Amino acid sequence: MSLRLTDVTLTYPDGQSRLTALDRVTFAVPAGALAAVVGPSGSGKSSLLAVAATLIAPDSGTVTVAGADTTGLGRAALTDLRRHTIGIVFQQSNLLPSLTAAEQLRVMAHLDGRGRAGARTRARTRALDLLDAVGLAGQAHRRPHQLSGGQRQRVTIARALMNDPTVLLVDEPTSALDNDRGAAVVDLLTRLTHERGTATVLVTHDRTHLGAVDRIVGVHDGRLREEMVTESQ
Amino acid sequence: MFVAWRDLRFAKGRFALMGTVIVLITLLVGLLSGLTAGLGRQNVSAVTGLPADRIAFGGELSYANSTVTEGQWRRWTRTPGVEAAEPLGVTTTRATAGGRGVGVCAFGVRPGSDLAPDSDRLTDHAVVLSHSAAADLGLTAGDTLTLAGQRLTVASVTGDASFSHTPVVWTSLDTWQRTAPPDGPFATVIALRTSGADTATADRAAGTMTVERDDSLSAIGSYSAENGSLQLMRGFLFAISALVVGAFFTVWTIQRGADIAILKALGATTATLLRDALGQAAVLLAGGTVIGSGLAAGLGAALADTVPFLLTPRTVLVPAAVMIVLGMAGAALSVRRITAVDPLTALGSAR
Ligand SMILES: Nc1ncnc2c1ncn2[C@@H]1O[C@H](COP(=O)(O)OP(=O)(O)OP(=O)(O)O)[C@@H](O)[C@H]1O
Ligand SMILES: [Mg+2]
Repeated sequence: MSLRLTDVTLTYPDGQSRLTALDRVTFAVPAGALAAVVGPSGSGKSSLLAVAATLIAPDSGTVTVAGADTTGLGRAALTDLRRHTIGIVFQQSNLLPSLTAAEQLRVMAHLDGRGRAGARTRARTRALDLLDAVGLAGQAHRRPHQLSGGQRQRVTIARALMNDPTVLLVDEPTSALDNDRGAAVVDLLTRLTHERGTATVLVTHDRTHLGAVDRIVGVHDGRLREEMVTESQ
Repeated sequence: MFVAWRDLRFAKGRFALMGTVIVLITLLVGLLSGLTAGLGRQNVSAVTGLPADRIAFGGELSYANSTVTEGQWRRWTRTPGVEAAEPLGVTTTRATAGGRGVGVCAFGVRPGSDLAPDSDRLTDHAVVLSHSAAADLGLTAGDTLTLAGQRLTVASVTGDASFSHTPVVWTSLDTWQRTAPPDGPFATVIALRTSGADTATADRAAGTMTVERDDSLSAIGSYSAENGSLQLMRGFLFAISALVVGAFFTVWTIQRGADIAILKALGATTATLLRDALGQAAVLLAGGTVIGSGLAAGLGAALADTVPFLLTPRTVLVPAAVMIVLGMAGAALSVRRITAVDPLTALGSAR
Protein backbone atom coordinates (compact mmCIF):
# COMPACT_ATOMS: atom_id res chain seq x y z
CA MET A 1 0.00 0.00 0.00
CA SER A 2 1.33 3.42 -0.91
CA LEU A 3 -0.60 5.17 1.83
CA ARG A 4 -1.82 3.51 5.00
CA LEU A 5 -3.47 5.03 8.05
CA THR A 6 -3.85 2.54 10.92
CA ASP A 7 -6.13 3.23 13.85
CA VAL A 8 -5.55 6.97 13.61
CA THR A 9 -7.14 9.22 16.20
CA LEU A 10 -6.80 12.99 16.05
CA THR A 11 -8.21 15.45 18.57
CA TYR A 12 -8.18 19.23 18.76
CA PRO A 13 -8.33 21.22 21.98
CA ASP A 14 -11.91 22.41 22.51
CA GLY A 15 -12.25 24.58 25.58
CA GLN A 16 -11.76 22.33 28.62
CA SER A 17 -12.21 19.05 26.72
CA ARG A 18 -10.98 17.83 23.35
CA LEU A 19 -12.84 17.44 20.08
CA THR A 20 -12.31 14.19 18.21
CA ALA A 21 -11.81 14.99 14.51
CA LEU A 22 -10.68 11.47 13.47
CA ASP A 23 -11.87 8.45 15.44
CA ARG A 24 -9.76 5.26 15.07
CA VAL A 25 -9.55 5.65 11.30
CA THR A 26 -8.01 2.83 9.27
CA PHE A 27 -7.61 3.58 5.60
CA ALA A 28 -5.28 2.42 2.84
CA VAL A 29 -4.84 3.36 -0.80
CA PRO A 30 -2.79 1.27 -3.25
CA ALA A 31 -0.74 2.66 -6.12
CA GLY A 32 -2.78 3.63 -9.15
CA ALA A 33 -6.08 3.99 -7.28
CA LEU A 34 -8.16 7.07 -6.54
CA ALA A 35 -10.19 7.10 -3.35
CA ALA A 36 -12.77 9.85 -2.86
CA VAL A 37 -13.45 10.79 0.73
CA VAL A 38 -16.87 12.40 1.02
CA GLY A 39 -18.61 13.92 3.98
CA PRO A 40 -20.47 16.95 5.25
CA SER A 41 -18.78 20.03 6.57
CA GLY A 42 -16.97 19.42 9.81
CA SER A 43 -16.87 15.65 9.36
CA GLY A 44 -13.06 15.47 9.38
CA LYS A 45 -12.06 15.43 5.70
CA SER A 46 -9.41 18.11 5.90
CA SER A 47 -8.13 16.58 9.13
CA LEU A 48 -7.70 13.25 7.35
CA LEU A 49 -5.81 14.94 4.54
CA ALA A 50 -3.61 16.91 6.95
CA VAL A 51 -2.66 13.74 8.80
CA ALA A 52 -1.93 11.89 5.55
CA ALA A 53 0.14 14.87 4.38
CA THR A 54 2.21 14.71 7.61
CA LEU A 55 1.25 18.31 8.30
CA ILE A 56 -0.23 17.26 11.63
CA ALA A 57 0.69 14.31 13.83
CA PRO A 58 -2.16 12.09 15.07
CA ASP A 59 -2.72 11.52 18.79
CA SER A 60 -2.44 7.79 18.22
CA GLY A 61 -2.20 5.34 15.33
CA THR A 62 0.32 5.25 12.51
CA VAL A 63 0.64 6.86 9.10
CA THR A 64 2.76 5.00 6.55
CA VAL A 65 3.73 6.77 3.33
CA ALA A 66 5.47 4.80 0.56
CA GLY A 67 6.29 2.09 3.08
CA ALA A 68 7.85 4.49 5.60
CA ASP A 69 6.32 4.86 9.06
CA THR A 70 6.10 8.57 9.81
CA THR A 71 5.58 8.17 13.57
CA GLY A 72 8.18 10.09 15.51
CA LEU A 73 9.90 11.64 12.51
CA GLY A 74 11.27 15.14 13.08
CA ARG A 75 10.18 18.22 11.20
CA ALA A 76 13.10 18.16 8.77
CA ALA A 77 12.54 14.49 7.92
CA LEU A 78 8.83 15.13 7.34
CA THR A 79 9.64 18.09 5.08
CA ASP A 80 11.92 15.85 3.01
CA LEU A 81 9.23 13.15 2.89
CA ARG A 82 6.66 15.65 1.66
CA ARG A 83 9.02 16.97 -0.98
CA HIS A 84 9.89 13.55 -2.36
CA THR A 85 6.82 11.37 -1.96
CA ILE A 86 3.71 13.47 -1.39
CA GLY A 87 1.97 15.72 -3.89
CA ILE A 88 -0.63 18.12 -2.53
CA VAL A 89 -3.38 19.87 -4.49
CA PHE A 90 -4.84 22.61 -2.35
CA GLN A 91 -8.43 23.72 -2.18
CA GLN A 92 -7.93 27.22 -3.62
CA SER A 93 -5.45 26.56 -6.40
CA ASN A 94 -2.81 27.99 -4.07
CA LEU A 95 -0.33 29.37 -6.59
CA LEU A 96 2.43 31.93 -6.02
CA PRO A 97 1.45 35.25 -7.62
CA SER A 98 4.90 36.14 -8.95
CA LEU A 99 5.51 32.90 -10.87
CA THR A 100 4.37 31.87 -14.34
CA ALA A 101 2.60 28.54 -14.77
CA ALA A 102 5.85 26.82 -15.76
CA GLU A 103 7.69 28.38 -12.82
CA GLN A 104 5.01 27.19 -10.37
CA LEU A 105 6.19 23.71 -11.34
CA ARG A 106 9.89 24.45 -11.59
CA VAL A 107 9.94 25.81 -8.04
CA MET A 108 9.60 22.20 -6.87
CA ALA A 109 13.23 21.64 -7.90
CA HIS A 110 14.34 24.58 -5.70
CA LEU A 111 12.61 23.76 -2.42
CA ASP A 112 15.62 22.19 -0.76
CA GLY A 113 17.87 25.11 -1.70
CA ARG A 114 20.55 22.84 -3.14
CA GLY A 115 21.61 24.02 -6.55
CA ARG A 116 21.99 20.96 -8.72
CA ALA A 117 22.05 22.33 -12.24
CA GLY A 118 21.15 18.98 -13.78
CA ALA A 119 18.01 18.56 -11.70
CA ARG A 120 16.94 22.11 -12.48
CA THR A 121 17.35 21.66 -16.21
CA ARG A 122 15.36 18.43 -16.05
CA ALA A 123 12.68 20.30 -14.06
CA ARG A 124 12.35 22.78 -16.93
CA THR A 125 11.53 20.04 -19.42
CA ARG A 126 9.36 18.11 -17.01
CA ALA A 127 7.32 21.24 -16.17
CA LEU A 128 6.45 21.74 -19.83
CA ASP A 129 5.59 18.04 -20.24
CA LEU A 130 3.29 18.13 -17.23
CA LEU A 131 1.58 21.34 -18.32
CA ASP A 132 1.00 19.61 -21.61
CA ALA A 133 -0.43 16.59 -19.80
CA VAL A 134 -2.99 18.78 -18.03
CA GLY A 135 -3.83 20.59 -21.25
CA LEU A 136 -2.03 23.86 -20.54
CA ALA A 137 0.83 23.67 -23.03
CA GLY A 138 -0.03 27.11 -24.40
CA GLN A 139 -0.30 28.82 -21.00
CA ALA A 140 3.16 28.10 -19.60
CA HIS A 141 4.16 31.76 -19.53
CA ARG A 142 1.02 33.06 -17.79
CA ARG A 143 0.85 34.21 -14.20
CA PRO A 144 -2.02 33.08 -11.93
CA HIS A 145 -4.03 36.27 -12.46
CA GLN A 146 -3.96 35.61 -16.21
CA LEU A 147 -5.46 32.12 -15.82
CA SER A 148 -9.05 30.97 -15.24
CA GLY A 149 -10.04 29.14 -12.06
CA GLY A 150 -10.06 25.77 -13.83
CA GLN A 151 -6.67 26.45 -15.42
CA ARG A 152 -5.24 27.42 -12.06
CA GLN A 153 -6.52 24.20 -10.53
CA ARG A 154 -4.86 22.23 -13.33
CA VAL A 155 -1.56 24.06 -12.72
CA THR A 156 -1.80 23.00 -9.07
CA ILE A 157 -2.37 19.40 -10.11
CA ALA A 158 0.61 19.50 -12.47
CA ARG A 159 2.73 21.03 -9.69
CA ALA A 160 1.74 18.24 -7.30
CA LEU A 161 3.05 15.72 -9.83
CA MET A 162 6.41 17.44 -10.39
CA ASN A 163 8.44 15.31 -7.99
CA ASP A 164 6.75 12.09 -9.11
CA PRO A 165 4.95 11.52 -5.79
CA THR A 166 3.83 8.15 -4.47
CA VAL A 167 0.84 9.73 -2.81
CA LEU A 168 -1.34 12.49 -4.25
CA LEU A 169 -3.58 14.35 -1.80
CA VAL A 170 -6.31 16.57 -3.21
CA ASP A 171 -8.35 18.99 -1.10
CA GLU A 172 -11.77 20.02 -2.46
CA PRO A 173 -10.51 20.49 -6.04
CA THR A 174 -13.90 21.38 -7.45
CA SER A 175 -15.25 23.75 -4.80
CA ALA A 176 -14.26 26.88 -6.73
CA LEU A 177 -15.34 25.57 -10.14
CA ASP A 178 -18.61 25.28 -12.04
CA ASN A 179 -20.06 21.86 -12.89
CA ASP A 180 -18.35 21.17 -16.22
CA ARG A 181 -14.99 22.29 -15.04
CA GLY A 182 -15.37 20.34 -11.81
CA ALA A 183 -16.09 17.17 -13.75
CA ALA A 184 -13.12 17.83 -16.03
CA VAL A 185 -10.80 18.18 -13.04
CA VAL A 186 -11.99 14.91 -11.46
CA ASP A 187 -11.60 13.15 -14.81
CA LEU A 188 -8.09 14.55 -15.14
CA LEU A 189 -7.16 13.36 -11.66
CA THR A 190 -8.55 9.88 -12.38
CA ARG A 191 -6.61 9.66 -15.62
CA LEU A 192 -3.34 10.89 -14.07
CA THR A 193 -3.76 8.48 -11.15
CA HIS A 194 -4.06 5.54 -13.51
CA GLU A 195 -1.31 6.72 -15.85
CA ARG A 196 1.22 7.62 -13.17
CA GLY A 197 0.37 5.08 -10.53
CA THR A 198 -0.13 7.48 -7.65
CA ALA A 199 -2.19 6.59 -4.62
CA THR A 200 -4.67 9.45 -4.78
CA VAL A 201 -6.98 10.67 -2.03
CA LEU A 202 -9.57 13.22 -3.15
CA VAL A 203 -11.46 14.93 -0.38
CA THR A 204 -14.77 16.63 -1.19
CA HIS A 205 -18.22 17.42 0.15
CA ASP A 206 -19.67 17.32 -3.35
CA ARG A 207 -20.70 13.95 -4.82
CA THR A 208 -21.67 15.25 -8.28
CA HIS A 209 -18.47 14.38 -10.12
CA LEU A 210 -17.58 11.09 -8.51
CA GLY A 211 -19.06 8.78 -11.19
CA ALA A 212 -15.75 7.46 -12.43
CA VAL A 213 -13.66 7.16 -9.26
CA ASP A 214 -12.41 3.78 -8.07
CA ARG A 215 -13.70 4.02 -4.57
CA ILE A 216 -15.83 6.25 -2.37
CA VAL A 217 -15.42 6.46 1.38
CA GLY A 218 -17.91 8.35 3.53
CA VAL A 219 -16.87 10.31 6.65
CA HIS A 220 -19.17 11.19 9.49
CA ASP A 221 -18.02 12.64 12.77
CA GLY A 222 -14.48 11.44 12.18
CA ARG A 223 -15.43 7.85 11.31
CA LEU A 224 -14.96 6.27 7.88
CA ARG A 225 -17.48 4.04 6.13
CA GLU A 226 -16.72 2.27 2.85
CA GLU A 227 -19.47 3.07 0.33
CA MET A 228 -18.38 1.79 -3.06
CA VAL A 229 -15.43 -0.12 -4.43
CA THR A 230 -15.03 -0.71 -8.15
CA GLU A 231 -14.41 -4.37 -8.94
CA SER A 232 -11.97 -3.67 -11.74
CA GLN A 233 -9.22 -2.78 -9.23
CA MET B 1 16.48 32.56 -4.61
CA PHE B 2 14.09 31.14 -7.24
CA VAL B 3 10.99 32.76 -5.79
CA ALA B 4 12.87 35.69 -4.21
CA TRP B 5 14.17 36.99 -7.56
CA ARG B 6 10.78 36.67 -9.17
CA ASP B 7 9.12 38.43 -6.25
CA LEU B 8 11.61 41.29 -6.65
CA ARG B 9 10.57 41.64 -10.26
CA PHE B 10 6.87 41.02 -9.72
CA ALA B 11 6.48 43.45 -6.81
CA LYS B 12 8.67 46.04 -8.57
CA GLY B 13 6.77 49.02 -7.23
CA ARG B 14 7.08 48.06 -3.60
CA PHE B 15 10.74 47.13 -3.84
CA ALA B 16 11.56 50.22 -5.92
CA LEU B 17 9.99 52.39 -3.23
CA MET B 18 11.96 50.67 -0.52
CA GLY B 19 15.12 50.76 -2.63
CA THR B 20 14.67 54.51 -3.08
CA VAL B 21 14.35 54.99 0.67
CA ILE B 22 17.61 53.06 1.14
CA VAL B 23 19.30 55.11 -1.61
CA LEU B 24 18.24 58.37 0.02
CA ILE B 25 19.26 57.34 3.52
CA THR B 26 22.63 56.10 2.23
CA LEU B 27 23.08 59.34 0.29
CA LEU B 28 22.40 61.31 3.45
CA VAL B 29 24.67 59.13 5.56
CA GLY B 30 27.39 59.31 2.90
CA LEU B 31 27.23 63.09 2.65
CA LEU B 32 27.16 63.43 6.41
CA SER B 33 30.15 61.09 6.78
CA GLY B 34 32.18 62.98 4.20
CA LEU B 35 31.24 66.27 5.78
CA THR B 36 32.00 65.07 9.31
CA ALA B 37 35.42 63.87 8.19
CA GLY B 38 36.03 67.04 6.15
CA LEU B 39 35.03 69.38 8.95
CA GLY B 40 36.97 67.25 11.40
CA ARG B 41 40.09 67.51 9.31
CA GLN B 42 39.72 71.29 9.05
CA ASN B 43 39.44 71.28 12.80
CA VAL B 44 42.27 69.04 13.83
CA SER B 45 44.67 68.29 10.98
CA ALA B 46 47.34 70.56 12.45
CA VAL B 47 47.24 68.58 15.69
CA THR B 48 46.88 65.08 14.20
CA GLY B 49 49.80 65.93 11.90
CA LEU B 50 52.15 66.69 14.79
CA PRO B 51 55.01 64.19 15.17
CA ALA B 52 54.08 63.69 18.83
CA ASP B 53 52.21 61.07 20.80
CA ARG B 54 51.29 63.18 23.84
CA ILE B 55 50.44 66.80 24.52
CA ALA B 56 51.13 68.50 27.85
CA PHE B 57 48.76 71.32 28.79
CA GLY B 58 49.31 73.94 31.48
CA GLY B 59 46.55 75.42 33.60
CA GLU B 60 43.58 74.14 31.61
CA LEU B 61 42.95 71.25 29.23
CA SER B 62 42.09 73.56 26.34
CA TYR B 63 44.07 74.78 23.37
CA ALA B 64 42.48 78.20 23.87
CA ASN B 65 43.37 78.70 27.55
CA SER B 66 46.38 76.51 28.24
CA THR B 67 49.74 78.22 28.89
CA VAL B 68 53.09 76.66 29.67
CA THR B 69 56.23 78.29 30.99
CA GLU B 70 59.76 77.84 29.82
CA GLY B 71 60.51 76.13 33.13
CA GLN B 72 57.84 73.54 32.56
CA TRP B 73 59.18 72.87 29.10
CA ARG B 74 62.76 72.48 30.36
CA ARG B 75 61.62 70.08 33.05
CA TRP B 76 59.90 67.93 30.39
CA THR B 77 63.01 67.86 28.20
CA ARG B 78 64.89 66.35 31.15
CA THR B 79 62.23 63.73 31.96
CA PRO B 80 63.42 60.15 31.38
CA GLY B 81 61.56 58.36 28.58
CA VAL B 82 60.80 61.61 26.74
CA GLU B 83 62.57 61.56 23.39
CA ALA B 84 61.45 65.01 22.34
CA ALA B 85 59.60 67.84 24.03
CA GLU B 86 58.86 70.84 21.88
CA PRO B 87 57.02 73.98 22.94
CA LEU B 88 54.12 74.89 20.67
CA GLY B 89 52.28 78.20 20.63
CA VAL B 90 48.73 78.29 19.32
CA THR B 91 46.84 81.54 18.67
CA THR B 92 44.09 82.52 16.34
CA THR B 93 44.88 85.88 14.79
CA ARG B 94 44.58 87.90 11.62
CA ALA B 95 46.87 88.01 8.62
CA THR B 96 46.71 90.63 5.87
CA ALA B 97 48.38 90.90 2.51
CA GLY B 98 47.65 93.17 -0.41
CA GLY B 99 44.38 94.39 1.08
CA ARG B 100 43.16 90.89 1.83
CA GLY B 101 42.67 89.88 5.45
CA VAL B 102 41.87 86.41 6.74
CA GLY B 103 41.70 84.69 10.08
CA VAL B 104 44.64 82.32 10.51
CA CYS B 105 46.00 80.21 13.26
CA ALA B 106 49.58 81.00 14.19
CA PHE B 107 51.50 77.91 15.30
CA GLY B 108 54.76 78.97 16.91
CA VAL B 109 57.61 76.44 17.07
CA ARG B 110 61.35 76.61 17.75
CA PRO B 111 63.07 77.03 14.35
CA GLY B 112 64.45 73.67 13.30
CA SER B 113 62.02 71.67 15.42
CA ASP B 114 60.28 68.87 13.57
CA LEU B 115 56.81 70.06 14.60
CA ALA B 116 56.54 72.35 11.57
CA PRO B 117 57.26 71.54 7.94
CA ASP B 118 60.30 73.43 6.58
CA SER B 119 60.92 74.69 10.12
CA ASP B 120 64.60 75.35 9.49
CA ARG B 121 63.47 78.20 7.23
CA LEU B 122 61.56 79.84 10.05
CA THR B 123 63.21 83.01 11.33
CA ASP B 124 61.99 86.01 13.24
CA HIS B 125 61.08 87.53 9.86
CA ALA B 126 59.98 84.51 7.84
CA VAL B 127 57.01 82.16 8.17
CA VAL B 128 55.79 79.00 6.48
CA LEU B 129 52.22 79.05 5.13
CA SER B 130 49.89 76.13 4.71
CA HIS B 131 48.45 75.88 1.20
CA SER B 132 45.03 77.09 2.22
CA ALA B 133 46.48 80.10 4.09
CA ALA B 134 48.52 80.97 1.01
CA ALA B 135 45.50 80.57 -1.25
CA ASP B 136 43.25 82.66 1.02
CA LEU B 137 45.83 85.46 1.13
CA GLY B 138 46.87 85.11 -2.50
CA LEU B 139 50.56 84.64 -1.59
CA THR B 140 53.46 82.56 -2.85
CA ALA B 141 56.95 82.05 -1.46
CA GLY B 142 58.91 85.32 -1.26
CA ASP B 143 55.82 87.55 -0.78
CA THR B 144 55.21 89.46 2.39
CA LEU B 145 52.32 89.56 4.80
CA THR B 146 51.39 91.24 8.06
CA LEU B 147 50.64 88.97 10.97
CA ALA B 148 49.34 90.65 14.13
CA GLY B 149 51.15 93.84 13.16
CA GLN B 150 54.48 92.24 12.19
CA ARG B 151 55.75 92.34 8.61
CA LEU B 152 56.98 88.90 7.63
CA THR B 153 58.19 87.11 4.51
CA VAL B 154 56.77 83.83 3.20
CA ALA B 155 59.67 81.36 3.37
CA SER B 156 57.67 78.55 1.80
CA VAL B 157 54.19 77.23 1.25
CA THR B 158 53.69 73.63 2.30
CA GLY B 159 51.23 71.21 3.88
CA ASP B 160 47.55 71.60 4.54
CA ALA B 161 47.48 72.02 8.30
CA SER B 162 44.36 73.60 9.66
CA PHE B 163 43.09 74.16 13.17
CA SER B 164 39.59 74.99 14.31
CA HIS B 165 38.54 75.63 10.66
CA THR B 166 41.36 78.15 10.25
CA PRO B 167 44.43 77.68 8.02
CA VAL B 168 47.73 77.44 9.87
CA VAL B 169 50.68 79.83 9.58
CA TRP B 170 53.87 78.34 11.05
CA THR B 171 56.01 80.94 12.81
CA SER B 172 59.07 80.91 15.01
CA LEU B 173 58.30 80.77 18.71
CA ASP B 174 59.62 84.33 19.11
CA THR B 175 57.35 85.67 16.40
CA TRP B 176 54.47 83.80 17.97
CA GLN B 177 55.25 85.30 21.40
CA ARG B 178 55.10 88.77 19.83
CA THR B 179 51.61 88.14 18.45
CA ALA B 180 50.47 87.75 22.04
CA PRO B 181 50.35 90.63 24.54
CA PRO B 182 53.65 91.57 26.29
CA ASP B 183 54.50 89.26 29.19
CA GLY B 184 52.42 86.68 27.42
CA PRO B 185 53.00 82.95 27.79
CA PHE B 186 56.10 81.11 26.67
CA ALA B 187 53.99 78.65 24.68
CA THR B 188 50.53 77.08 24.73
CA VAL B 189 51.34 73.38 25.04
CA ILE B 190 54.32 71.03 24.91
CA ALA B 191 54.31 68.36 22.21
CA LEU B 192 55.96 65.20 23.52
CA ARG B 193 57.40 62.16 21.88
CA THR B 194 57.69 59.54 24.61
CA SER B 195 58.66 55.95 24.99
CA GLY B 196 57.75 54.60 28.39
CA ALA B 197 57.85 57.91 30.24
CA ASP B 198 55.99 58.11 33.55
CA THR B 199 53.85 61.04 32.49
CA ALA B 200 51.77 61.10 35.67
CA THR B 201 54.83 61.69 37.83
CA ALA B 202 56.30 64.15 35.34
CA ASP B 203 52.99 66.04 35.27
CA ARG B 204 53.06 66.37 39.06
CA ALA B 205 56.64 67.62 38.97
CA ALA B 206 56.07 70.09 36.11
CA GLY B 207 52.53 71.13 37.06
CA THR B 208 51.12 70.13 33.66
CA MET B 209 48.36 67.86 32.37
CA THR B 210 49.36 65.36 29.71
CA VAL B 211 46.98 63.51 27.43
CA GLU B 212 47.41 61.36 24.35
CA ARG B 213 47.59 63.43 21.19
CA ASP B 214 44.33 62.11 19.75
CA ASP B 215 42.54 62.59 23.06
CA SER B 216 43.64 66.22 23.03
CA LEU B 217 41.32 66.87 20.08
CA SER B 218 38.42 67.27 22.48
CA ALA B 219 40.40 70.20 23.92
CA ILE B 220 39.70 72.02 20.64
CA GLY B 221 36.45 73.73 21.64
CA SER B 222 34.74 73.62 18.25
CA TYR B 223 35.71 70.02 17.57
CA SER B 224 33.97 68.18 20.37
CA ALA B 225 30.66 70.05 19.94
CA GLU B 226 30.63 69.78 16.16
CA ASN B 227 31.86 66.24 15.86
CA GLY B 228 29.55 65.05 18.63
CA SER B 229 26.41 66.40 17.01
CA LEU B 230 27.35 65.15 13.54
CA GLN B 231 28.09 61.67 14.90
CA LEU B 232 24.76 61.71 16.73
CA MET B 233 22.93 62.53 13.49
CA ARG B 234 24.77 59.77 11.70
CA GLY B 235 23.92 57.31 14.46
CA PHE B 236 20.25 58.24 14.24
CA LEU B 237 20.27 57.76 10.47
CA PHE B 238 21.78 54.30 10.89
CA ALA B 239 19.16 53.39 13.49
CA ILE B 240 16.36 54.77 11.32
CA SER B 241 17.50 52.81 8.30
CA ALA B 242 17.66 49.56 10.28
CA LEU B 243 14.14 50.21 11.61
CA VAL B 244 12.73 51.14 8.19
CA VAL B 245 14.23 48.06 6.56
CA GLY B 246 13.00 45.90 9.43
CA ALA B 247 9.49 47.36 9.19
CA PHE B 248 9.37 46.87 5.43
CA PHE B 249 10.40 43.23 5.62
CA THR B 250 8.03 42.60 8.51
CA VAL B 251 5.08 43.77 6.43
CA TRP B 252 6.38 41.96 3.37
CA THR B 253 6.82 38.69 5.27
CA ILE B 254 3.31 38.94 6.74
CA GLN B 255 1.90 39.58 3.25
CA ARG B 256 3.70 36.51 2.01
CA GLY B 257 2.46 34.35 4.89
CA ALA B 258 0.12 32.28 2.68
CA ASP B 259 2.84 31.73 0.05
CA ILE B 260 5.27 30.63 2.74
CA ALA B 261 2.72 28.14 4.12
CA ILE B 262 2.24 26.66 0.63
CA LEU B 263 5.96 26.34 0.02
CA LYS B 264 6.41 24.67 3.39
CA ALA B 265 3.55 22.25 2.72
CA LEU B 266 5.12 21.43 -0.65
CA GLY B 267 8.34 20.52 1.15
CA ALA B 268 10.44 23.69 1.27
CA THR B 269 12.88 23.63 4.16
CA THR B 270 12.75 26.55 6.59
CA ALA B 271 16.46 27.11 6.02
CA THR B 272 15.88 27.59 2.28
CA LEU B 273 13.02 30.00 2.88
CA LEU B 274 15.09 32.02 5.37
CA ARG B 275 18.08 32.11 3.07
CA ASP B 276 15.94 33.29 0.18
CA ALA B 277 14.34 36.02 2.25
CA LEU B 278 17.71 37.23 3.53
CA GLY B 279 19.15 37.04 0.04
CA GLN B 280 16.32 39.24 -1.18
CA ALA B 281 17.03 41.74 1.59
CA ALA B 282 20.74 41.66 0.76
CA VAL B 283 20.06 42.35 -2.94
CA LEU B 284 17.82 45.29 -2.06
CA LEU B 285 20.24 46.70 0.52
CA ALA B 286 23.35 46.22 -1.57
CA GLY B 287 21.70 47.77 -4.64
CA GLY B 288 20.34 50.75 -2.71
CA THR B 289 23.55 51.28 -0.78
CA VAL B 290 25.80 51.13 -3.85
CA ILE B 291 23.64 53.68 -5.69
CA GLY B 292 23.32 55.90 -2.60
CA SER B 293 27.06 55.82 -1.85
CA GLY B 294 27.87 56.46 -5.49
CA LEU B 295 25.61 59.51 -5.50
CA ALA B 296 27.13 60.71 -2.21
CA ALA B 297 30.67 60.31 -3.58
CA GLY B 298 29.74 62.06 -6.82
CA LEU B 299 27.98 64.91 -5.08
CA GLY B 300 30.78 65.21 -2.53
CA ALA B 301 33.42 65.39 -5.25
CA ALA B 302 31.41 68.04 -7.09
CA LEU B 303 31.02 70.12 -3.93
CA ALA B 304 34.56 69.60 -2.64
CA ASP B 305 35.60 73.12 -3.66
CA THR B 306 32.88 74.87 -1.71
CA VAL B 307 32.25 72.45 1.15
CA PRO B 308 34.85 70.68 3.31
CA PHE B 309 33.89 67.22 2.06
CA LEU B 310 36.44 64.47 2.59
CA LEU B 311 36.17 61.69 0.02
CA THR B 312 38.15 58.62 1.07
CA PRO B 313 37.42 54.89 1.09
CA ARG B 314 36.87 55.30 4.83
CA THR B 315 34.20 57.96 4.50
CA VAL B 316 32.39 56.15 1.66
CA LEU B 317 32.81 52.42 2.24
CA VAL B 318 32.53 52.31 6.02
CA PRO B 319 29.09 53.96 6.21
CA ALA B 320 27.94 51.80 3.28
CA ALA B 321 29.06 48.66 5.06
CA VAL B 322 27.41 49.77 8.30
CA MET B 323 24.16 50.46 6.39
CA ILE B 324 24.20 46.97 4.91
CA VAL B 325 25.04 45.26 8.20
CA LEU B 326 22.38 47.15 10.18
CA GLY B 327 19.81 46.71 7.40
CA MET B 328 20.49 42.98 7.33
CA ALA B 329 20.07 42.88 11.10
CA GLY B 330 16.69 44.60 10.74
CA ALA B 331 15.69 42.21 7.95
CA ALA B 332 16.88 39.18 9.92
CA LEU B 333 14.73 40.15 12.89
CA SER B 334 11.67 40.45 10.65
CA VAL B 335 12.07 37.39 8.42
CA ARG B 336 12.54 35.32 11.57
CA ARG B 337 8.76 34.98 11.59
CA ILE B 338 9.03 32.66 8.58
CA THR B 339 9.96 29.92 11.05
CA ALA B 340 6.62 30.38 12.80
CA VAL B 341 4.44 29.92 9.68
CA ASP B 342 2.46 26.65 9.94
CA PRO B 343 2.24 24.76 6.63
CA LEU B 344 -1.11 23.39 7.85
CA THR B 345 -2.70 26.77 7.05
CA ALA B 346 -2.15 26.03 3.36
CA LEU B 347 -4.84 23.36 3.53
CA GLY B 348 -8.17 24.98 2.75
CA SER B 349 -10.55 24.35 5.62
CA ALA B 350 -8.04 23.23 8.21
CA ARG B 351 -7.34 26.91 8.97
N1 LIG C 1 -7.40 23.67 14.29
C1 LIG C 1 -8.55 23.22 14.84
N2 LIG C 1 -8.78 23.41 16.15
C2 LIG C 1 -9.92 22.94 16.72
N3 LIG C 1 -10.85 22.26 16.05
C3 LIG C 1 -10.67 22.05 14.74
C4 LIG C 1 -9.50 22.52 14.06
N4 LIG C 1 -9.58 22.16 12.76
C5 LIG C 1 -10.75 21.50 12.63
N5 LIG C 1 -11.41 21.43 13.82
C6 LIG C 1 -12.66 20.74 14.06
O1 LIG C 1 -12.49 19.38 13.70
C7 LIG C 1 -13.62 18.91 13.02
C8 LIG C 1 -13.23 18.38 11.66
O2 LIG C 1 -12.75 19.49 10.91
P1 LIG C 1 -12.27 19.37 9.41
O3 LIG C 1 -11.68 20.64 9.03
O4 LIG C 1 -11.46 18.14 9.29
O5 LIG C 1 -13.68 19.15 8.68
P2 LIG C 1 -14.00 19.07 7.13
O6 LIG C 1 -14.68 17.80 6.91
O7 LIG C 1 -12.80 19.35 6.33
O8 LIG C 1 -15.05 20.26 6.96
P3 LIG C 1 -15.26 21.21 5.66
O9 LIG C 1 -16.02 20.41 4.66
O10 LIG C 1 -16.10 22.31 6.23
O11 LIG C 1 -13.93 21.66 5.20
C9 LIG C 1 -14.60 20.05 12.96
O12 LIG C 1 -15.54 19.92 13.99
C10 LIG C 1 -13.77 21.28 13.20
O13 LIG C 1 -14.49 22.27 13.87
MG1 LIG D 1 -12.17 20.78 4.87
